[in-house]
Amino acid sequence: MTAAAVRFRLAAPPVSGVLRPRLLAVCLGLGLLAFVLFCLGMTVGDYPLSVGRVLAALVSRGDYYDQVVVYDWRMPRALAGLLVGFAFGMSGALFQTITRNPLAAPDVIGISAGAAVAVVGGIVLGIGSGVGTQTLGLAGAVLAAVVIYVLAWRRGTTGYRIILVGIGVSWMCTSATAYLLARAKLHEAQQAVGWLVGNLNDVTWSQTTPLLLALAVLVPVTLVLSGWLRTLQLGDDVAAGLGTPVQRARFLLLLAAVGLVAFGTAAAGPVAFVALAAPQIARRLAGVPAPPLVASACTGAVVVLGADLLARLVVGLPVGVITGVLGAPFLLWLLARANRAGSGG
Amino acid sequence: MRTRLLLIASVCVLFVLCLLSLAFGTRAVPLGDVLAVLTGHGSPDLEALVWGGRLPRTLLGLLVGAALGLAGAVMQSLTRNPLGDPGLLGISAGAAFGVVVAVATTGVASLYGHLGFAFAGALAASVVVYLLGSAGRGGATPVKLALAGVAITALLTSLTSGIALVDPVALNRYRFWAAGSLAGQDAGVALRVLPFVLAGVVLALALAPALNSMALGDDVATALGRRAGLVRLQGAVAITLLTGSAVAVVGPIVFVGLVVPHVARAITGPDHRWLLPFSMVLAPILVLAADIAGRLIARPGETEVGIVVAFTGAPFFIALVRRRRLAEL
Repeated sequence: MTAAAVRFRLAAPPVSGVLRPRLLAVCLGLGLLAFVLFCLGMTVGDYPLSVGRVLAALVSRGDYYDQVVVYDWRMPRALAGLLVGFAFGMSGALFQTITRNPLAAPDVIGISAGAAVAVVGGIVLGIGSGVGTQTLGLAGAVLAAVVIYVLAWRRGTTGYRIILVGIGVSWMCTSATAYLLARAKLHEAQQAVGWLVGNLNDVTWSQTTPLLLALAVLVPVTLVLSGWLRTLQLGDDVAAGLGTPVQRARFLLLLAAVGLVAFGTAAAGPVAFVALAAPQIARRLAGVPAPPLVASACTGAVVVLGADLLARLVVGLPVGVITGVLGAPFLLWLLARANRAGSGG
Repeated sequence: MRTRLLLIASVCVLFVLCLLSLAFGTRAVPLGDVLAVLTGHGSPDLEALVWGGRLPRTLLGLLVGAALGLAGAVMQSLTRNPLGDPGLLGISAGAAFGVVVAVATTGVASLYGHLGFAFAGALAASVVVYLLGSAGRGGATPVKLALAGVAITALLTSLTSGIALVDPVALNRYRFWAAGSLAGQDAGVALRVLPFVLAGVVLALALAPALNSMALGDDVATALGRRAGLVRLQGAVAITLLTGSAVAVVGPIVFVGLVVPHVARAITGPDHRWLLPFSMVLAPILVLAADIAGRLIARPGETEVGIVVAFTGAPFFIALVRRRRLAEL
């Protein structure tokens, strides 16, 4: 299901390229939707604000109290939702393109599991309880990624080997987490599960600022590197034939993907399903054959922000519970629609 | 010939492990006494120990292992994806949801009670996944099935953790189930799941030649006289029966089914007529060995089989992935 693409070539300035109107529209639409949800998220709370007052406070024109509420209380959470979703969506698209597998996502190949075991270990065993879940999550995710890459290295890596080694690592980490949960006191287990599903409830600027800084570096880097994705998704041999330095490209892209997911997980926990579903949703919305980076990231942001809004408005559950409930039916609907069009997956 | 000898050797290893599983534990029983009990000449207290505790447990290990290994092999061929684990049709998520709902709504604490709920959950989830994945003109293509499975799994996992967060009793039951254990099950459990496992085994093994054709792609398989849709349906039913019973009994240790087929494929190559029996024998070897080790390392307590399987199986799996050029699907 490939949507129309417009090829163009300009005489002066000498530029040629392919324009995908539908992809562009999807990106813009999703970006706009994410911003609307971001603003709506800041209107909700014990001190209700109208959208107008939130916008006024954003451009520092409103009432002083409004500005305090918006900037100090609500912005960290809303921004964290936006950034976490963005990071997960983008990293999911990277993983799925690099490994050429729609099921590959940081939650499948062990990176989120590494963060999970570090954080649950911190909660249950009290190891490193001083450094806090944020640092532990970050360290766990990065460590898992390093282990996976090193173990998958044997005169270079292949996407297939990274997935399989990642599954092995994920398996060990998940079991260790289950073991810790079964041995924990019930209130510790509750605290751990609360983190494991993904939670934006207690996010303050101290979680959001590192995330913001990390993304300010990682997202531009990823976009610069993304040219390689186009060749890598054709397979290693073809990519090498087209002049892509396969090993270096894959290493750098994986580094970016891991960085994105590690900082996202550190801030909000492994919000289930976003990294896996967002690229698939974006791909189907935009009608392109491979997960589009920016559209996937925007989809992730919309899913997380929407889920967080719903979580606070309706049920008071953590955001990770809602992302699945919200994202899954949508992905299924897209699948069913694609099926009717007869184009399959 | 080599494959045949290896299969026979594997069966022998499995048999020895069964005997060891009867012998080892908090109280070690010499192998001679085990044989005496089995032939009806043992002392009464040993009879109670072996017949009442260790034999059901060993049988369950065999059943669960064989079921998961076979289901995993069929799943990977069916979805043509190395990530295809038997939980992919939403089966383990459905079972977990069943357990949590059972505890939260009815407060069932009995073993059989939550067994039924878990099995029903697994069954319902996989039927929904199959219907969603096969809707439309293309029928049940691998990618559609896998994505539908992942989506339903995410949905159910979210609901499960939601309930677990609200209801501490459900969380408590769920976390012990999720660790994966063969302990504390009696012979009744094995008897209850046996018919389902047997039906699944027959369906899956009968599928081997068809899976060989399907590996060439749907078009070639059709040209060879296979009905792709029917093969996938039969495979899905087999997987559901096998995994559903296994997961309901011991919790989500489905990774066994993910890893063992890769090991088996390294031995047999792509021929499913060998791959399926090998997976079915190698998986219980892993499960039983892990269960025995779990009883020994933490005496007088024990470590859950799910955890030992992970910490022995995963390094082995990684080593295998590194050493061999695995046959891509």
